[in-house]
Amino acid sequence: MEKRGLNKVDLIFEKVDPKEVLSKAVKMKSSEIIQQVLDSGLKGRGGAGFPTGLKWKYTAAVKEPEKYVVCNADEGEPGTFKDREILDKVAYKVYGGMAIAGRAIGAKKGIVYLRAEYRFLLPQLMKELDSFHKLMKDISFDFKINFCLGSGAYICGEESALFESVEGGRGEPRNKPPYPTTSGVFGKPTSINNVETLVTAMMIIKHGPESYSQLGTKDSRGSKVFSISGDTPTPGIFELELGMSVQEFVNEFGDGDTKAVQVGGASGFCVPRKRFPYTVIGFEGVPTGGSMKLFNSSRSMYNVLHNYLDFFAEESCGQCTPCRVGCQQLLKGVQKVKKGEVKSTYLNELMKLADTMKVASKCGLGQSVGNAFKTIVENFREEIIY
Amino acid sequence: MINLSINSQRVSVQPGTTVLEAARKLNIKIPTLCNHSDLCVAGNCRVCVVEQTGAKTLIAACAMPAAEGMDIQTNTLKVRNARKHIVELLLSEHRSDCTKCYKNQKCELQALANEFAFGDTIFLDLVEDHSYTIDRSSPSFIKDDSKCIRCQRCVRTCTELQYISAIAVANKGLHQKISSFHNRPMSHVVCTNCGQCVNRCPTGALVEKTYIDQVWDAIYDSDKHVVVQTAPAVRVALGEDLGYDPGERVTGKMVTALRQLGFDSVLDTDFSADLTIMEEGTELLLKLKKVLVDGDKKTSIPMFTSCSPGWIKFIEHKYPEFLSNLSTCKSPQQMFGALAKTYFAQKKRLDPLKVVSVSIMPCTAKKYEADRPEMRASGYKDIDYVLTTRELAVMIKQAGIDFRNLEESHYDSIMGDSTGAAVIFGATGGVMEAALRTAYEIVTGREVPFKNLNITPVRGMEGVKEATIKIEGCKPEWKFLEGVELKVAIAHGLVNANKIMKQVRMGKSPYHFVEIMACPGGCIGGGGQPIPTSMEIRKNRMKAIYSEDEHMVLRKSHENPDVIGIYKEFLGKPNSHVAHELLHTHYVERESY
Amino acid sequence: MYHLGNLVKELSDKHGRERESLMPILQGIVERHNYLTDEAMVEVAKELDISAAEVYGTASFYTFLDTQVRGKYVIRVCKTITCSMKGKSEIIQTLEDMLKIKVGETTSDKQFSLIETNCIGWCHKAPAILINELPYTELTPEKVVEIIKGYMQRK
Repeated sequence: MEKRGLNKVDLIFEKVDPKEVLSKAVKMKSSEIIQQVLDSGLKGRGGAGFPTGLKWKYTAAVKEPEKYVVCNADEGEPGTFKDREILDKVAYKVYGGMAIAGRAIGAKKGIVYLRAEYRFLLPQLMKELDSFHKLMKDISFDFKINFCLGSGAYICGEESALFESVEGGRGEPRNKPPYPTTSGVFGKPTSINNVETLVTAMMIIKHGPESYSQLGTKDSRGSKVFSISGDTPTPGIFELELGMSVQEFVNEFGDGDTKAVQVGGASGFCVPRKRFPYTVIGFEGVPTGGSMKLFNSSRSMYNVLHNYLDFFAEESCGQCTPCRVGCQQLLKGVQKVKKGEVKSTYLNELMKLADTMKVASKCGLGQSVGNAFKTIVENFREEIIY
Repeated sequence: MINLSINSQRVSVQPGTTVLEAARKLNIKIPTLCNHSDLCVAGNCRVCVVEQTGAKTLIAACAMPAAEGMDIQTNTLKVRNARKHIVELLLSEHRSDCTKCYKNQKCELQALANEFAFGDTIFLDLVEDHSYTIDRSSPSFIKDDSKCIRCQRCVRTCTELQYISAIAVANKGLHQKISSFHNRPMSHVVCTNCGQCVNRCPTGALVEKTYIDQVWDAIYDSDKHVVVQTAPAVRVALGEDLGYDPGERVTGKMVTALRQLGFDSVLDTDFSADLTIMEEGTELLLKLKKVLVDGDKKTSIPMFTSCSPGWIKFIEHKYPEFLSNLSTCKSPQQMFGALAKTYFAQKKRLDPLKVVSVSIMPCTAKKYEADRPEMRASGYKDIDYVLTTRELAVMIKQAGIDFRNLEESHYDSIMGDSTGAAVIFGATGGVMEAALRTAYEIVTGREVPFKNLNITPVRGMEGVKEATIKIEGCKPEWKFLEGVELKVAIAHGLVNANKIMKQVRMGKSPYHFVEIMACPGGCIGGGGQPIPTSMEIRKNRMKAIYSEDEHMVLRKSHENPDVIGIYKEFLGKPNSHVAHELLHTHYVERESY
Repeated sequence: MYHLGNLVKELSDKHGRERESLMPILQGIVERHNYLTDEAMVEVAKELDISAAEVYGTASFYTFLDTQVRGKYVIRVCKTITCSMKGKSEIIQTLEDMLKIKVGETTSDKQFSLIETNCIGWCHKAPAILINELPYTELTPEKVVEIIKGYMQRK
């Protein structure tokens, strides 16, 4: 298992001159941009981890004059707050990343989908957008960005649900295929990327792919912004190289009594203390969009699980059976086990249900509910039962 | 062509074919629930999940397009476990009172449970955690949320086929439900009662409001004379609920069965359909005179037919400014009703108070129509009870009648005679064809210039049909129509009605006369017809309707001896004062939401 | 109604009358009137030529497009795990005591509504709330009292 240790990085929040980077980008060929991003090994920073270069390559290949770059700023995964910080501090780099993506795929239009809970950022974001548009005009870079606001729905962070919302509908994920690369927002080829991914892409164009690709591991190249909270003396936002073990992470950020780390939010995995040294934070181990929550021994993992299941039961879009009903069954099930109203062996049935949800749900939300459920029940069974 | 393999069997399909369709080509059955041949793909129930070699998750067969080299397995352990769980999950949020449910033995969830989920219940009951509502506000149907499995077929039907979108998916997560505008009772929103949603609901969440017990009560009441009328579309579909294939005509046996059930007079809506043609044909010609000769600005064309109560409620809500374009004629059901307790009661020397008037309809909106406050021309409620085709089948089974082995018999007289023109009312284009057969002959003295009187341009399943008929060689009193190219249109399904009305609203409608039926296919596809429905089933029923027409001796409404008789003895002439009192109606402007 | 009809027309002129204009129009109405009345949804349905049930079905999907009565200041208290661990219950208790309403309710003078919401992205400064669009973080019962007093004194 490749490990890199805990190393702080300063890339995302580094101040750059947007004119310099974008003037460079506007002169590059689409294939050049895509090759650099491919060489860097950058994978999506929202949590799904799709290779960004590939996404841009596929979208670029579609013969269609109208294409879109969508910035997914619907950060809603519990424990994730790094995109808010990025938008607050370096919005111009988000816009720059979108413009570069646009150049790569052949899109002239960009949409930022901003969650309702971050609406307070809008005045400032619009001011920055004005400056961005002026700059783009100056350097003759044809790419315009519009904002779309969310209205409070975690599921709209799912790419096709986001498109549905932009188009004025309920945020219900679509059947795939077709994928966004061929049919995304308004049915047009779309590259939808996370806020952090777009900023990273801009930095890769600025610095070139080599330095970025030297960081991280083979499967998890580069660095990432983490949002750390819970039982930690140093909650906040930290940019770290990918590939550290959970143990190394806890050594730095724990309060000395860390019992479990939830990596990837409610849809992520719960790593128990005994697994800390053997679990890598990255796509080959436990992937994350940035959310890292530490729980010490005073915390009840039943409460944690209950909180997550309650979250999913509410935030599920409700259209597909395994997720809509499955979330309710998991929640009611653990409640009844805890109260002693059903035998503790019922948990085994629920584990099987979690497996069904993983393979039969229509979208990533339903498919991920089982992650937290299984890892918490497997590792903290007594806390659920007693 | 795309080549793929399903359960190790190879099949080649056109691009765009789904895995489900490809499996059907191989006669491999994959269970489905939210899928319906009339509607767009949903892919939300997940019952049809199958395993694709190389894919991380199972795929929904109904939504996945077949791809070259795909390898699909429909019955692996993974699939079976998932399928069982999914059915169990659906059952856990469903109020299973199958023994008391109207859809017992006809419920698609029940069938799936029987195939995949019999035995001990795995999961916890969730019904007790939800405060489900049962909406009985409409006289036509009942919406029982406790049985809803959220397949969204009803929503897709109401949007894609019927345009009106009276119901939509609301809320999310555990609160997700199918709802009217802000949970209002269905009787208080734009719902047209067309029942197309009822036809497509897989469970007992949407069923018609039944009046079977009330009709039995009337039949057993020796004091009452129960009159029954049967709509044209019933006779070509009733058999489906009694073991016949779609499209088999069971008219004679149906009449016998009705007598055996105990109805005192078995009469035919087709009689009043012929009557409608007389009234409406005359109305049209008078209107054309006003427009073409008198230049009357207050008379508006095109004139619309008015026999489809779903269509009537639609135009009342959505295009109320064009109510004066509607024919003032009542529907055949309501014309019959007005006459049953007046003309018929007189002829049979019955006290109208003791006459109970029942209709068997392929329709759920007719239950609403019968309840409309203005439908009391006889001085009493003109139609007491409306039963759907489905309800009649239930009564026949309840009475233990061996339908298949019944002798055929004829309707009673006075209001039981009919023509081929009447029976084709059941199909889209039928009213138009019947009207043309009569109107053309009234005006020119000659039969319509179509072989065998079959006006084929107005027939068929196309959403909007158009035809132009040149009127030549007119009789002297109709010479103002000489050379006129009569332009007509026929629309079925409210989404097509809307197309016509949009054009009218823009002032661009080129037609003189338009027939509109709320239901796809016309009445043969009505909300009260046997379930399931599909394009193929409706086409078969339609064929049977035209077959009935061809086999009748009289094929033009004005030749119906009962109709000739009623004018001579009772009504005088079409559009007379008496006719207006009993057989014509007015409409109501309604809110657009 | 006159006022509302004008607002809907204004918003439609600004955002368009296509289906994709629906969300910004509904958001605009909520911004002005705190929630969506039936009248508002019907006006939007008429303006955009879509069914009222569709408007309601879309609006009710989104937590911030309330179709039930909300006050001028909507207080949303985060109930996701970190805020829950760091004292959300005390915050709720304080607010319930101060405003004399329970979670889910609106004060009778229609000034404040108190509801719970899911993760609003301030976990490192939990417990946190939103009052309309503004976040308030690192809360204690005392801080909450000060904040609400400030709102109560506004005109």
